[in-house]
Amino acid sequence: MDYIDPHIHMVSRTTDDYATLARMGCVAMSEPAFWAGYDRGSVDGFRDYFRQLTETEPARAAQYGIQHFTWLCINAKEAENVSLSREVIAMIPEFLDKPNVLGIGEIGLNKNTKNEATIFLEHLDLAAKYGQSILIHTPHLEDKYQGTRMILDMLCDDQRLDPDRVLVDHVEEHTISEVLDRGFWGGMTLYPVTKCTPERAVDMIEQTGGERLLANSAGDWGPSKPTAVPDLIFEMRRRSLPESLIRKVVYDNPLEFFSKSKQFNFTPRG
Amino acid sequence: MTNERNGDAIVAESFLDVRAKLLEVAATLDRIDRACQSETLQEAAQSKRDLLGEATKILLSDAPNRAEQLQQLFSREYDADWREQFGFTAN
Repeated sequence: MDYIDPHIHMVSRTTDDYATLARMGCVAMSEPAFWAGYDRGSVDGFRDYFRQLTETEPARAAQYGIQHFTWLCINAKEAENVSLSREVIAMIPEFLDKPNVLGIGEIGLNKNTKNEATIFLEHLDLAAKYGQSILIHTPHLEDKYQGTRMILDMLCDDQRLDPDRVLVDHVEEHTISEVLDRGFWGGMTLYPVTKCTPERAVDMIEQTGGERLLANSAGDWGPSKPTAVPDLIFEMRRRSLPESLIRKVVYDNPLEFFSKSKQFNFTPRG
Repeated sequence: MTNERNGDAIVAESFLDVRAKLLEVAATLDRIDRACQSETLQEAAQSKRDLLGEATKILLSDAPNRAEQLQQLFSREYDADWREQFGFTAN
């Protein structure tokens, strides 16, 4: 089955992973900007990173027939450096017209601090001014519930933002309902230990019906599995769930959400 | 929406997996208790150990949303006054 991974950090993966993903049915992916494992020291560091996301990775993906899209931001971990964050936010518009840019992301909170919230709000303002879709990172573990609620508060405070153009990622059992009930899209991240297993994700699909729900691997430089979405497909088939529902979650929903970005120019496999 | 498998099928296919996970939990708690015979837990560790005890009570309940309850147990509480604490004002 063709599928789309809506959240995967390919800058951290080898070219062999592109080949494996293509063989598993991956036809498109989107790569949000994230933390590099260290705090970058200058706006030029981010400018180089955004060139990697908008030039290098699409070319690498295309070698395997995969269409690569991306989202730009400075992530929440580095938002504690407010002055650098503001320099990066001011520089992002240089890249918004690049052909694979879908919007602003993955913005959000990490430890739910005032600086993180300040920079999150300034990213929201950027998205609103430039009519961009938004992809959101929610915190991990004990900070997830409070952070997700704070993020939803800030999103709902800004009347310029359309919930239908916002994907709130890393939802789990205690956050999924509020995200979907408020009209946002929800992303389930299949990630060992700190997020969600394919089995639990399928439980959530069964309980919600899969409407406005996406699944991703978040494959990055940490312990993660870039082929986690095929694992989800396998688990859904194991439970005899309809092929139409599987396709909805791993293909149709990402297509529908991405299509709200003016630069999403996707060519289905013929 | 529910899948087409009935409860019997789910128990049959998941029994060994859940049995193994429960044994891991039991062995881990035993390991902690053995270590505590010579040295008591520090406050932070004791707090986490207490949470694990609370979690097992949730597992034994008949609630239909045990996974969600566990997530809530392991979460910080939402503070609706966070904007005021940060000096923010809602639009």
